[in-house]
Amino acid sequence: MITFPQRDGHARDFHQARWNEQLIFDLGSPGERGVVPPASEPAAAAAGEPVRRSLRNRRNAAPRLPQISQPQVLRHYLRLSQETLGADLNIDIGQGTCTMKYSPKVNDTFVRSPEVSAVHPLQPVDTLQGLLELIHRLERMIAEISGLHSVTLQPGAGSAAIYANVSMVRKYHAVRGESHRDEVITTGFSHPSNAATAKTAGYKIITLQGGPDGYPTVEALRAAVSNRTAALMITNPEDIGVFNPHIAEFVRIVHEAGGLCVYDQANANGILGITRAAEVGFDICHFNLHKTFSTPHACGGPAAGACAVTEELAPYLPSPVIVRADDGRFDLDHDRPLSIGKVRPFYGVTANLVRAYAWISSLGAEGLRQVAETAVLNNNYLLKKITEIDGVTAPYAEGHHRIEQVRYSLADLHEETGVSSGDFGVRLGDFGLHYWTSHHPYSVPEPATIEPTESYSRAELDEYVAAMRTVAEEARTDPEKVLSAPHRGPIHRSGQDAMDDPETWAVTYRAYRHKYLGEQPPEVPRWIPPAGLPAKQRPPRAAHR
Amino acid sequence: MSGPRLGVVVNPVAGIGGVVGLKGSDGARVQAQAHQRGAVHRSIDRTRRALSVLAAQAPTCHVVTVAGPMGEQAVPAGLSATVLGGTARRATTADDTRRACARLLDHGIDLLLFAGGDGTARDVLDVVGERCPVLGVPAGVKMHSAVFGTSPVTAGRTAAAYLVSGARLAPAEILDLDEAGVRAGVVRPRLYGALNVPVLPGVQGRKVGSSAAETADAAAIAAAVLDEMTDVEIAVLGPGTTVGAVAQRLGVTGTLTGVDAVDLGTGQLLVADAGEQELLAAVRRRRCRVLLSPLGGSGFLLGRGDQQVSAMLLREIGTDAVTVLATRSKLAALGGAPLWVDTGDAEVDSALSGMHRVLTGPGEYMIQPVLPADEAFAPQRA
Repeated sequence: MITFPQRDGHARDFHQARWNEQLIFDLGSPGERGVVPPASEPAAAAAGEPVRRSLRNRRNAAPRLPQISQPQVLRHYLRLSQETLGADLNIDIGQGTCTMKYSPKVNDTFVRSPEVSAVHPLQPVDTLQGLLELIHRLERMIAEISGLHSVTLQPGAGSAAIYANVSMVRKYHAVRGESHRDEVITTGFSHPSNAATAKTAGYKIITLQGGPDGYPTVEALRAAVSNRTAALMITNPEDIGVFNPHIAEFVRIVHEAGGLCVYDQANANGILGITRAAEVGFDICHFNLHKTFSTPHACGGPAAGACAVTEELAPYLPSPVIVRADDGRFDLDHDRPLSIGKVRPFYGVTANLVRAYAWISSLGAEGLRQVAETAVLNNNYLLKKITEIDGVTAPYAEGHHRIEQVRYSLADLHEETGVSSGDFGVRLGDFGLHYWTSHHPYSVPEPATIEPTESYSRAELDEYVAAMRTVAEEARTDPEKVLSAPHRGPIHRSGQDAMDDPETWAVTYRAYRHKYLGEQPPEVPRWIPPAGLPAKQRPPRAAHR
Repeated sequence: MSGPRLGVVVNPVAGIGGVVGLKGSDGARVQAQAHQRGAVHRSIDRTRRALSVLAAQAPTCHVVTVAGPMGEQAVPAGLSATVLGGTARRATTADDTRRACARLLDHGIDLLLFAGGDGTARDVLDVVGERCPVLGVPAGVKMHSAVFGTSPVTAGRTAAAYLVSGARLAPAEILDLDEAGVRAGVVRPRLYGALNVPVLPGVQGRKVGSSAAETADAAAIAAAVLDEMTDVEIAVLGPGTTVGAVAQRLGVTGTLTGVDAVDLGTGQLLVADAGEQELLAAVRRRRCRVLLSPLGGSGFLLGRGDQQVSAMLLREIGTDAVTVLATRSKLAALGGAPLWVDTGDAEVDSALSGMHRVLTGPGEYMIQPVLPADEAFAPQRA
């Protein structure tokens, strides 16, 4: 028998780099270049001149890009990278609902191979047979994992996949002459992208609130369904880590009302190989390849999403679909009259499809199940450890185990010390750890959502808990220290007001020059429609906040 | 004395009944009973905690307060203070609170920090109204009003941030319960008015979300409900800031704590702060809709402070003419608990009961159970 040493984790004596780095626009000097290409031969320049002049959209002035040489660029970005806490650097279990897992580095070597990196999406399909086969195989793997019939890997992100799903719902009802179905039902703890994408697609959103166990009652669902119901869009387990055991009945009730059932499996990490969307009768589901299947999150993209549908809904999938001819060759089928059309150019985010294919292949069916089991075990180990910290509780479904994540509450600690969950998270950064509260508005008071996945060792989980315990103690003995954190991070505390107030935002350097430096933005030439172009009918303008 | 001036008023008996299970501290008899049960005056300590944080973060701030337990005793060393008259008694009354507030206002202050609960907030409201921004140190038993910092420390921190850097002000609802009722197992919250509080992260209704987002959300709800009422002639507007946003959008001056009726055809306010009979007259033979929003914290929809929306009125226009409005954060704060109705007419209550669609924004609804109040607050189940 192997015995493991009993160790208590320790909060790390950590200090992050602080570079006070300027914006790249403020670095360098006019005329500075990374590469100076040789001047064109006079004959070549002359030959190109008519073409240059024939370009109608030629800009009058050079764009105001940074002017800086190579070594300074390298140092600039290396410095910035030292001021982050990414998944490869910290014990990234504090970003609950995001399923931060390890992305094996070997999979990047496949992406860098010329078969993937040197092909062009406009190549004839005869010359892309290997890549098409890989995508086709990955589609079949996702079909098997979900139990559904057909799959598309075109969407460029998780929410793009949900939007593709709701687009299929809309098309399905339109084709059946049921466009009066204008309501989508979701739940308060389902991922907010479900409500957001359905709203974007023009639906009214009916939200069911969680009851005492964290999931809504069947009565609430019955009150919400009607002949206006287009779909139920639901996450399960929900974002607080509780699995709704009445999910089969939910699906039946919505089906009886004529609606479709759409399963948000962005994060299927707790149920891989244990249960499938098809087992309870879902019509559609989607996966985020960067959550469940280990491709990198990459600071908000590029990601990739997979949508899986029943045979009945297969004609609505985005076009084109990859088909395999009798002779074994792969081709693209564009002739699909019911399809919702393209959701992204070409084949989707190919590099991530290759990574996900490699990850699934390396694990196999048994390995996938082991991923889920390990993730759930890690989570319940943490649940025990974290709720032992004085002032931290796990509301809803008390006394029960959770699936893959838990939404904790620091309400007691806050009441006692004035340290909010947000303050707590900022101080945790001083120990080299990332921590997130939850989506707004907070249904759980002073929330913290922790999701350990399968990628972290017990020693790492213990270190995270030790740091949380340390901060909880500080909140009682020296709250000012917590409230004035970060002390060892790359920046001082930033004002929440500035984050919430659009008046302070400048998301581009042009906007920054305009808002903060008072420069007038250049007049953008407007497109003038040619005479006689029929005006497009648009829906009345919606009320915005 | 050039720094910002902070008025401080402590209700020394606030919260005294809570720890010994008396559900409140209103009235001399309850306070005496609390003393018998061994209660301590915690509001002075809680204020001192708030002021210590303030002293560290806004050292130039000058405190203006009254003598004794109503203020002076809570000022930590290191903060400069002007002490106006006051009382040495610990068993202070609502009148003492009102008098102290009036003194501080006359002296001139930039922000009033008071320590207490909903009862104290009401006393402050009586005197201060809109004359000065206010922030509460949570020290009472009942704290349903949206005027308190989320803890003594955050109250101190927020007061410092406001005095040093300033902030936008927003009205916060002042609610209170009838304590005798709570002791008997019946919750009767009422909306009394609104005080101006700084819009900063540490301030919120203890059970409701941030006031900045609330204001924006309420405006969106108002736009949405008016879009939906195309065939309605008369809108009856219940109490509260959420429904108040509808009046604001219509350009009429509604009553925060009362019930108003508006003619949507002409955009005219028909009756303000109307009684049952006036409402009945306004709605007769017209297509009507009643807009209600639950009281923050307790979730009361009907029968608490809005008795004008009576069973008779609802019979006249039909219970299905009720539209419930609420911000998402207000509902989220109920944590899955139902909304309550108590019109005094079991049949009407029962007709109003069941799952309701609550409008939370343009095209956004939440399904929320509504129940007769007497089912929920029966004393044996308290």
